[in-house]
Amino acid sequence: MTSTSKGLEEARTASPTSQSRLIRYVSRVRELGLLVVLLLIVVIVSVQVPSFLTVSNLEQILLAIAIIAIVAVGETLVVLTRNVDLSVGSMVGFAAFAAADLFKQQPGTNVLVAILVGCLLGLVLGAINGLIVTVGRVPAIIVTLGTLYVYRGLDFVVAGGTQVSASDVPDSYLSLATTKILGIPALLLFAAAIALIFAYLLHSTRYGRQLYAIGSNPEAARLVGIRSNVMVFSAFLLCGLLCGFAGVLWGARFATVDSTAASGLELQVIAAVVVGGVNIFGGSGTILGAVLGAIVLGTVDDALNLLKLSQFWLQAIDGMAILVAVTLDAFITHWLQRALITRRQK
Amino acid sequence: MKQLRTLLSSWDALLVVLLLLAIILGTTLSPYFLTPFNVASLTKDLMEKAIMALPMTLIIIAGEIDLSVASTLGLASVVLGVTWNAGVPLWLGMVLVLIIGVAAGALNGLLVTRLGLPSLVVTLGTLALYRGLAYVVLKDQAVSNFPAAFTNFGFGSVPGTLIPWPFVVFLILALVFLGVLQWSWLGRQIYAVGNSKEAARFAGIRVANLKLGLFMLSGLLAALAGIIFTARFSSARPDNALGFELDVITIVLLGGVNIFGGRGTLIGVILSLFVIGAVRNALGLANISGDIQNIVVGSLLIFSVLGPNVAQSIREVLTHRRLAVGGVTKKE
Repeated sequence: MTSTSKGLEEARTASPTSQSRLIRYVSRVRELGLLVVLLLIVVIVSVQVPSFLTVSNLEQILLAIAIIAIVAVGETLVVLTRNVDLSVGSMVGFAAFAAADLFKQQPGTNVLVAILVGCLLGLVLGAINGLIVTVGRVPAIIVTLGTLYVYRGLDFVVAGGTQVSASDVPDSYLSLATTKILGIPALLLFAAAIALIFAYLLHSTRYGRQLYAIGSNPEAARLVGIRSNVMVFSAFLLCGLLCGFAGVLWGARFATVDSTAASGLELQVIAAVVVGGVNIFGGSGTILGAVLGAIVLGTVDDALNLLKLSQFWLQAIDGMAILVAVTLDAFITHWLQRALITRRQK
Repeated sequence: MKQLRTLLSSWDALLVVLLLLAIILGTTLSPYFLTPFNVASLTKDLMEKAIMALPMTLIIIAGEIDLSVASTLGLASVVLGVTWNAGVPLWLGMVLVLIIGVAAGALNGLLVTRLGLPSLVVTLGTLALYRGLAYVVLKDQAVSNFPAAFTNFGFGSVPGTLIPWPFVVFLILALVFLGVLQWSWLGRQIYAVGNSKEAARFAGIRVANLKLGLFMLSGLLAALAGIIFTARFSSARPDNALGFELDVITIVLLGGVNIFGGRGTLIGVILSLFVIGAVRNALGLANISGDIQNIVVGSLLIFSVLGPNVAQSIREVLTHRRLAVGGVTKKE
């Protein structure tokens, strides 16, 4: 009898470790695979077009994906908890217009105030998403499909058909994106800093580990006392905040902002996150992966441009990337699971 | 009293109230709202969404979702335009488009049933893919030189009446769907799958094949809606029906279909169809743009799931209180 209970105990302790090992394997395999794909693209394209591997072009690629990467960090937090946020494009667009319009309505506004307004708006929009999902118990996909259109509609109401152009905003605002510090554009530094902070948060803090826990096994997370509603709410809140900040940067980068700014961004962001190996079923994936996913898609985008292939392929490629990534994930997980089982049997 | 309460708590009754509210809103916003001509045009505007809402109802009852319908519509419209421009006879083009629709649905269905991927993610991917392919096929061009016989079908009506032709198509389809879902073994199976996939499988239902069939049906009808859309606007453009999935899913969920599957009726969906149609039409008559109308539709989408949840919470609190009160009286 003691041996049975001991065996049971062993089985109990063995399964979570093998599970977490499995998950770690999956994300490592995915990130390595992604690096190989990235290298392949770089080699193939640079053979065809020598101008691809220049510093200015690489900088161009990174600048193009910096905002997507920031939003992808927020989306990763949400996806880790088995939810999804489809409203990110509308939040970025709304925050971009609100921040930029501030300078038009009240010339002489401090840039810090604009940043604050954008972030605060994002925070409020994210909180609305999070509240309806957690307190209202409505599936995230429904909530955020709804708010995708509601937030965009509100943006239209506020904008009323007007647009903010470069002449309406002070140079200090535009310099948020364009200033170079040690030769690196500020936009890239912002994106890198946010990615690093959240990578640390997810990897090495209690909060981060709890996010993984509720995504990989909600029932177990509840049993160990993690308040999953609070965690999910906070993920939506942070996602909104990052979208708000990304919106402020969007205005600074493009200078011309109207009510359609950043529409359709959600597909690019979700493609980046899923391609980056963040599991859509929650519980696994890293910020590094999501950023890498954004870089791969941005590189493909740039390569299409340089190879003079049609820009009309972009959306189709984003869609294809989502499908290929989730299919690959399904296969890799299946394969690893089987490998682990056979190893355990031995 | 009790009867009144069951009547009020039924979702269909709520929809009737919503419809009445929408009609009151419409008549106060514009004197033209209740004219027969406007009602006919309101109906006409709804038909593509209505046709796509039929298979969407079955898919959601079966526990899945299809976000790619509007993109399939766009792709179908574009292919019809390109084949017509290339000199292919229109009937052949339409057949080709319907086949493409079925293939698009089959890709969704295969990824969901064979690989076990969540339909949300698969159809989010194909939402981008099919719309992207529409852009690849036609770039930023448009085809608009369709023959009069074809476009007449789109915006004409049954001779001597104001009944639009697309409505006739929808009516026939709706009757078929109603019969299949409410009174056939196939309908029972769809509900069974949505209620419990495991139990359905043990009962001998081929769950995967059933779902695959539903996705193919959804693709087919989205392509049919694409043909009607093209005829109605006499225009094939890659951005045709952009964002229609919001309305289609809102119509189905507002119609009382449970997002987790297993419950819902087509009668509710048809009622909610006219709620959405009336709201959009009324706001349109008041010169409110489509993007701003989306605020109302998006809110209705959230409300259609949030409402029942809140009602249930309140009911639970009430029963708890009643139980607690009952316990106290017993002790006394």
